[in-house]
Amino acid sequence: MSFNRRDFLKLTGLGAVSAVAARAAAAFPFFGGAPGAVKAETNAKTAKRWAMVVDLTKCKENCTDCIDACHTTHNVPDFGDDKRHEVKWIWKEPYKQSFPDQENEFLKDDLSERRVLVFCNHCQNPPCTRVCPTRATWKRPEDGIVMMDWHRCIGCRYCMAACPYGSRSFNWLDPRPHIKTITPDYPTRTRGVVEKCNFCDSRLAQGQMPACVEACKDRALIFGDLEAPDSPVRQILRERFSIRRKPELGTQPQVYYVV
Amino acid sequence: MLEKALQGGPKYWLWMILLAAVIGAGSLCYYTQLIYGLGITGMSRDVTWGLYIAQFTFLVGVAASAVMVVLPYYLHNYKAFSKITILGEFIAISAVIMCLLFVIVDIGQPMRAVNMVLYPSPRSILFWDMVVLNGYLVLNVVISRVTMGAERKGVKPPAWIRPVIVLSIPWAVSIHTVTAFIYCGLGARPFWLTAILAPRFLASAFSAGPALLILLCLLMRRLTKFDAGDEPIQKLSIIVAYAMAANVFFVALELFTALYSASPEHIAPFQYMFLGLEGKHKLAPWVWTSQSMGILALVLLIVPRTRKNMRILALACIGLNIALWIDKGMAMVVTGFVPSPLGHVTEYTPTPPEIMIAIGIYAIGLFILTGLCRIALSLRGQLEA
Amino acid sequence: MHDGGKIMGGLAVFFALLLFPVWNNLAQGKADYRPNPQILPKGNCVESREYMLSSHMDLLNTWRDQVVRQDKRIYVSTLDGKEHLMSLSKTCLGCHTNKAEFCDQCHTYMNVAPYCWDCHVDPQANK
Repeated sequence: MSFNRRDFLKLTGLGAVSAVAARAAAAFPFFGGAPGAVKAETNAKTAKRWAMVVDLTKCKENCTDCIDACHTTHNVPDFGDDKRHEVKWIWKEPYKQSFPDQENEFLKDDLSERRVLVFCNHCQNPPCTRVCPTRATWKRPEDGIVMMDWHRCIGCRYCMAACPYGSRSFNWLDPRPHIKTITPDYPTRTRGVVEKCNFCDSRLAQGQMPACVEACKDRALIFGDLEAPDSPVRQILRERFSIRRKPELGTQPQVYYVV
Repeated sequence: MLEKALQGGPKYWLWMILLAAVIGAGSLCYYTQLIYGLGITGMSRDVTWGLYIAQFTFLVGVAASAVMVVLPYYLHNYKAFSKITILGEFIAISAVIMCLLFVIVDIGQPMRAVNMVLYPSPRSILFWDMVVLNGYLVLNVVISRVTMGAERKGVKPPAWIRPVIVLSIPWAVSIHTVTAFIYCGLGARPFWLTAILAPRFLASAFSAGPALLILLCLLMRRLTKFDAGDEPIQKLSIIVAYAMAANVFFVALELFTALYSASPEHIAPFQYMFLGLEGKHKLAPWVWTSQSMGILALVLLIVPRTRKNMRILALACIGLNIALWIDKGMAMVVTGFVPSPLGHVTEYTPTPPEIMIAIGIYAIGLFILTGLCRIALSLRGQLEA
Repeated sequence: MHDGGKIMGGLAVFFALLLFPVWNNLAQGKADYRPNPQILPKGNCVESREYMLSSHMDLLNTWRDQVVRQDKRIYVSTLDGKEHLMSLSKTCLGCHTNKAEFCDQCHTYMNVAPYCWDCHVDPQANK
């Protein structure tokens, strides 16, 4: 039997590949799981379709209570003047830029210079989850929340290209040094993953309302179940005229604006 | 067979060492990026894809273009391409490897890239792009390995390879179509939301790729004993001319639709590209360079007298590749993000480490291409000039 | 091409050096250093000591996927039927308040670098 150079190279190559594969498999222990049972919390707030109504007639122009509450609760970093690396879950944009399809040269005075609260729309037909190559972002079938799994996200940023609302942020740098006070109850993120508003899924699970809703003293943020006919969101949508951002794209945003 | 790449004169080794040094410098920059994060690049919250994905898009085209020699040779038995088909496959192999590397350096968590395989998501076009690109790489490695092995032994290639070769033809079209689908399926980005994107990608690919192949043939004629001959080069130049004409036509169609319909969201990106928006026009000089070089190259390729002059043909091929490299790379990718969905105009400039990483990946591609050509030439005994 | 002796000799020297830590420990009869994780709380963990020693990472994987992807946040122990909130920061580090002496010791010894702490916060470290 002859063992020539080619066989040797093949064998060492195979060895190297299997070593790398073994190492990779060890890094992803997808075999085995915990023996015990799991269940949902009993006092969790649940809904068939969560939705938010932003009452612009009540939202005060210079108030940032909801933004501060959200960003503190979720350890959202503050990059100051470094707009390129900015991370934000909820913020204010001029009316004309939030609603480009409502463009109107002669708009009501109080709207034309108005800055509007924007955040993830938790679309019923979200383009961002469709494009994700690892299912790191998905729409929860139970209640319609568009979730993020920061353990699984590979940071390809395809979801950011697909979101028509600019609701997603990427961690270009390690966020930790840019968080003023860390809230230990909630994880920070690591560099290289995408993040966004998740309708406070972990607060809902503990029976609490979203941080922004709780923080709003003027009751301009109304949160509830769209499938429940007597929910506060349904009530206000029945009585007041509301609009949604870029409805022509068919994404069906679950954030409504009362103007 | 690979050991043939280890034999060569001082010039060969000097070139390979030079490339290795560039690869080393690129790797150092990539290491820095791994530690520091993608914040080391010029990308931002508004412009989330940049130089890397631009190179990826351009190189998918280069890879797909191998079909322009494979198809005439294997389907139409066009004998003039017999000597250069293998070169087309080599370009495809090195281009696909570069594509995959550009995706790897672009993602924020490369250690988790395997999640794409662990949690396959057929609804994502990126998933299909991974499938077709890796499949195309395997196809071309197998095809070139088998046909070259047969050539070394002086026998006919085994019969089973022919269906594989035929499969590689639609497969080449698929890699670029799927890559176009990554962009043109997004309602959020009006600039990319156009059905002409895939045909345009293919047209530009089928001119840029064969133009590179012409340049490679001319280079090898100067540096080695390998001479592809004038006929295949001339035939290739006609392919380049037709494909480029189609590409220019497609671009004109896009411009007409956007400008005549006067829909603001379709006009704005073109305005940014050519003129700038809100006083920001970093991309404009590049786009004008690309457009003028492209048109000039097309004229030189169409006029028979200039096309048949090898020097002018070489210049036209260089100009054409620069034009399409800008047009399909940075211009196509960055403009998709300007203005942002919220109407903001954020400009993008790649940073030095970002550029170095990209150059490093090109050096890897050249390294592989040089090594593969070396093997083919030494088999044919056509090494030194 | 009769360098067999040289090659074999070279390989012997190479492996001798490579395996130095192993035969050194064997010769001394004991390892120089063994991690000794400090368990602060008395009483039961969420599962048996043996299970936690060998498979706490499997447990944490389940916890992670259940909380993030299934919205299930309560874990029922097979040990005593007690319910626990599936939370690394609150439940695990709530008892094991000494991350450095408990978690890090073994992880450092085994040269594993779990990236949990890139995001999850050690409540003690931030006080």
